[in-house]
Amino acid sequence: MSESRVVVTVIGPDRVGIVADVAGLLAKQNVNILDINQKVMGGDIFAMTMLTDITKAAIDFGDLKKLLEEKGKELRLKIHAQHEEIFKYMHRI
Amino acid sequence: MTISPEEILETIEMIEQESLDVRTVTMGISLLDCSHPDVKVVGERVIAKIERLAGKLRETAKGIEMDYGIPIVNTRVSITPISQVVAGGHKDDFIYIATCLDEAAKRVGVNFIGGFSSLVQKGFTTQDIALIEAIPEALAITERVCSSVNIASTRAGINMDAVKKMGQVIKEAARLTADKDGLGCAKLVVFANAVDDNPFMAGAFHGVGEPECVVNVGVSGPGVIRAAVKEAKGKDLGEIAEIIKKVGFKITRMGELVGREISRRLNVEFGILDVSLAPTPAIGDSVAEILEAMGIERVGAPGSTAALALLNDAMKKGGAFASSYVGGLSGAFIPVSEDQGMIRAAREGVLFIEKLEAMTAVCSVGLDMVAIPGDTSAETISAIIADEAAIGVINNKTTAVRIIPVPGKKVGDMVHFGGLLGEAPIIPVSRLSSKEFIDRGGRIPAPIQGMKN
Repeated sequence: MSESRVVVTVIGPDRVGIVADVAGLLAKQNVNILDINQKVMGGDIFAMTMLTDITKAAIDFGDLKKLLEEKGKELRLKIHAQHEEIFKYMHRI
Repeated sequence: MTISPEEILETIEMIEQESLDVRTVTMGISLLDCSHPDVKVVGERVIAKIERLAGKLRETAKGIEMDYGIPIVNTRVSITPISQVVAGGHKDDFIYIATCLDEAAKRVGVNFIGGFSSLVQKGFTTQDIALIEAIPEALAITERVCSSVNIASTRAGINMDAVKKMGQVIKEAARLTADKDGLGCAKLVVFANAVDDNPFMAGAFHGVGEPECVVNVGVSGPGVIRAAVKEAKGKDLGEIAEIIKKVGFKITRMGELVGREISRRLNVEFGILDVSLAPTPAIGDSVAEILEAMGIERVGAPGSTAALALLNDAMKKGGAFASSYVGGLSGAFIPVSEDQGMIRAAREGVLFIEKLEAMTAVCSVGLDMVAIPGDTSAETISAIIADEAAIGVINNKTTAVRIIPVPGKKVGDMVHFGGLLGEAPIIPVSRLSSKEFIDRGGRIPAPIQGMKN
């Protein structure tokens, strides 16, 4: 299975610059964004899902996950990073 | 992206808000090759084998938890029913082996090890008798060892001598752990039609037809089902069944992924996925509350059995489609002390043992984690076991009794077992006597349902 594709999810109160902040972090670690989807739900809840490729990332998955979690705390958002398979398994036959 | 953002957010919500998790990854290990006339040698071999095979279990599960963001709550080990491994017929040998199993569990970092067990549905061997006599002390002096005894099957009937004996064993296990509210009994399951590949404790053991080593996975997600049912206001019960089926499918797929991946990483065969709904004391992670979301005021009210039957069946249908190998117990559990909705109903005095018994006819397992008055007689406990066994034997399903006669406590008192075992109010038991019936002993013949060839 492909272990290089990671889904990054960002959820929390909306404000200016979330996409830039998270994408900036990913770029700094050489993580490639393959797809991105973002919307504001119910007027003030920001939700973004990104499909990324970590093949050429500067750090391993565990460290990337930690960095994203720290960033989430700093921005007061929930940031998750999970291998893509979990979603494929659950939602596709 | 092949997966829509809505689907991604749905998965995350299930895990974050609705307590979706993989309840247990259980490694089944055959100990048949550990046998030896000297029990000290058996002990050494058992510890060495468990360490060799399960040494990386916990660490591997943690890795999968990190990669997929799915909590894996417990890692456990199940072993060959130990009465078939220890050659001697001495109670002390079995107590010694129990301490070795406890040590092995601690070394590999699993919180429970199951298989201090015996299969006596048709009669006892010398080893079976020694093991059963050792159970109360073994459970009192060990921390992680779980015990189970199969006393009946559809093919063999009910071993009423074993039923009588287990009433006494439960009383004694409670007495020896009186300082912990009879905790020993929480680690002891009396089965009818026990299964060989159950990953859930306290009743897990590695059956004789199983391979050398295998990984079985138990999923859980009462909270997710409850949320989905709650949202379905005004829908009829056919539609509710459909909703449960779909959610059951998704929950099971997650377990399937974890099972396959852990088996790949450990290079151990993937056995089965147990599609069960196992509640925890966490708020919202309750099977009782699913029934309440369907419109039952409190679990135990008329309609509870029908609602549970619907839930159990729909969950199985969704799960069967989602996994290539479904096994174990696969159904909804109704442990009283581990389920907030059950605890609430018992506290309010509206949930009785008789209704629980009826519910066990349509769901997985049986009277589970039920705390009863400490002065309940051994014969009454045996009679409760006999009733459960009859339901299992006649209906061709697994039933079980995990009941705690809490020393010194009376109806309405609370007992606290802590952790996943939760807390429960003592519920009443009939004061009528079944002593003469139990004292007859013997074997209730296999029912006509067992003659299938």
